[in-house]
Amino acid sequence: MKQLAAAHQLVTAVLKGDRRAIARAITLAENGTRETRKTVSLLYPHTGKAQIIGITGPGGVGKSTLVEKLVKELRKRGKTVGVVAVDPTSPFSGGAFLGDRIRMQDLSTDAGVFIRSMATRNNPGGLARATKDAVHILDASGKDVIIVETAGAGQSEVDVIKIAQTIIVILAPGFGDEIQAIKAGIMEIGDIFVVNKADRENADRAVIDIQAMLELSNDEGKWRPAIIKTTATTGEGTAQLLKEIEKHKDHLAKGEAELRQKNIVETELTEAIKQKFTEHLMGELRKSGRMEELVSRVLARDIDPVGAAEELFTEQTGKSGSKAE
Amino acid sequence: MAKPGLDSHDRGAKVVARALRDAGMEVIYTGLRQTPEQIAETVLQEDVDVLGISILSGAHLTLFPKIVGLMKQKGLDDVLVFAGGIIPEEDIPHLKRLGIKEIFGPGTPTETVVNFVKDNVQSR
Repeated sequence: MKQLAAAHQLVTAVLKGDRRAIARAITLAENGTRETRKTVSLLYPHTGKAQIIGITGPGGVGKSTLVEKLVKELRKRGKTVGVVAVDPTSPFSGGAFLGDRIRMQDLSTDAGVFIRSMATRNNPGGLARATKDAVHILDASGKDVIIVETAGAGQSEVDVIKIAQTIIVILAPGFGDEIQAIKAGIMEIGDIFVVNKADRENADRAVIDIQAMLELSNDEGKWRPAIIKTTATTGEGTAQLLKEIEKHKDHLAKGEAELRQKNIVETELTEAIKQKFTEHLMGELRKSGRMEELVSRVLARDIDPVGAAEELFTEQTGKSGSKAE
Repeated sequence: MAKPGLDSHDRGAKVVARALRDAGMEVIYTGLRQTPEQIAETVLQEDVDVLGISILSGAHLTLFPKIVGLMKQKGLDDVLVFAGGIIPEEDIPHLKRLGIKEIFGPGTPTETVVNFVKDNVQSR
């Protein structure tokens, strides 16, 4: 009861935009117990107002620097901004070095900006498990725009599509072969492509490479991603990038926005259900010793892992576990 | 890990940051030349448990009180603060009275810092 009162108090403060409360709420979401989750549940009805932009791309292309310039451009237009910057956790020590803020410290004393660093804590997909919750919290606190910067992404770090309405993929000159290599994955999710470090040689070459790749997937009537050159260190190109972001927002407003939102919610729900059921079931199996029994049978080559899962499924539901039926 | 004021010697800060990371902690590094206001705001937004300040410019008696004062103003008095760098012995008692829990001089093994953090951090 006391905990519930505390959650309500925290929620009220977050809704007022209290910075300490926002910070606290994100920590609670990161620590993810049932009690702490209550805060996010209470905030959820107040979300859905912010524009959410995802920024992804390989490490070292200048994501953080570009985010800083983008935020400054948004601030000029009077928008309040939240940033969630994700960096990888070391799979060996469990620790993390979060350095995205280094590029954004000019913004840290601006009351209209809230920046939070986040370690992936070994969540695959380029985001942390609590990234989505942090976005919900910043959204509820009244930020107009929220930018999610992924941990340097390769081919499969595409989870940002489960969060953002507009996705910006950043590359740099000299990533020509890279573009080939990552044709799948992040190259498929960009609504806007940015070639950063455009003051370097071969920037136009990179634009052509991206263009060539995008032409392969030409669907009539669909959004055609723009390719923009920026120099994040000087801020060149950021105003144009913002214009393109607005264009994409207008495009979404013509009907695609609802569908995207529905997909985003459906994915989030699917994952929540999976997690809940898996946690419950695994808990039961461990407690009853059934898990250990199955493990030894698989170890003895008595049954294969999928076969064991099927046996379990039949046992739990009374239905055959085979997908063929 | 924060670097206040006008010195660019961040080797120490980075070595300590790395040691803490390798000990399983999540370490946010602010980068160089931070104002007390920027540091206090970072502590607030990141909701950190521990703040480490590294300084080699000799301005600790000016900058540390400002950082600690701003943190108090923002209600961040439950954050464990430690410092490192070139800090004369005679300044240490004064800095400790400000609420800086420990001060590490040159040559401190990283293990000492890691153990200090582990032993002193409060669960909140």
